[in-house]
Amino acid sequence: MTDLNLDKGQIVAETTFSITRDSLVRYAGASGDFNPIHYRDDVATSVGLPGVLAHGMLTMGFAIQPVVDWIGDSGKVLDYQVRFTRPVLVDAVVGASVTVVARVGSVEDDVARIDLTVTYGEQTVLGKAQARVSLS
Amino acid sequence: MNPELQGRVFEPTAPYLVGREKIREFARAVFATSPLNHDPVAAIAAGYSDIVAPPTFPVVIQESTLAQLLAEPDAGIDFTRVVHGDQRFTYTRPIVAGDELTAVLSVASIKSLGGHSMVTAESIITDASGAHVVTAISTLVVRGDE
Repeated sequence: MTDLNLDKGQIVAETTFSITRDSLVRYAGASGDFNPIHYRDDVATSVGLPGVLAHGMLTMGFAIQPVVDWIGDSGKVLDYQVRFTRPVLVDAVVGASVTVVARVGSVEDDVARIDLTVTYGEQTVLGKAQARVSLS
Repeated sequence: MNPELQGRVFEPTAPYLVGREKIREFARAVFATSPLNHDPVAAIAAGYSDIVAPPTFPVVIQESTLAQLLAEPDAGIDFTRVVHGDQRFTYTRPIVAGDELTAVLSVASIKSLGGHSMVTAESIITDASGAHVVTAISTLVVRGDE
């Protein structure tokens, strides 16, 4: 259930996702993005990357889920945007841990702007990650 | 890349029939555990005709439009140099299983920045009745020669 008495800056959801190479292969199949930099170390290093990276769209895809769980209906997401600012390196053995914190950015009428802070290690990996959600 | 691409509008993509199992597969891949994404009974109880796709599912349809762009003979885009810069979805309604979706790609802008090119591609996704479902806007950064 949503709480209509939302304060700017209030945290509405917070979740940490554990990503493994299995997650990347699963996302490649589901999305149709088979760029080998997301599953082959040799290809990733040959194009100058430090290793296999998560698909940016995978990070965008799970980063909204804590918000969906909070509002209870993915159909209430009216708009969702992100900027891909830093890669998420996914180690073959230990994977990667990505934390999503969702805060209220603003509320106008029955629509809230939710700002997402998505971090891997000590750094944010998405910029201007915002969703507009219907509260009605 | 070719600056004359700006403003170009492409042919509509072939209709994409959204399957229930495809939505479930995509939902599992993005850690979406909402019953509305998996269970038709829950989705119908919430007022939908079938299970609901997670918010970033339109990327599956957008893939086919970006393939059109990369394949355009005069585009001059080297796929191996393309990096995803940003992404936005603006929804009229969520995608549900059973939707038959068509996308029309247009090139909204092309900019040059420090030797790189940035192309903003807009895919307008409509259902079988022609009604708007979602617009997917993607900015691709094409790295210049190093």
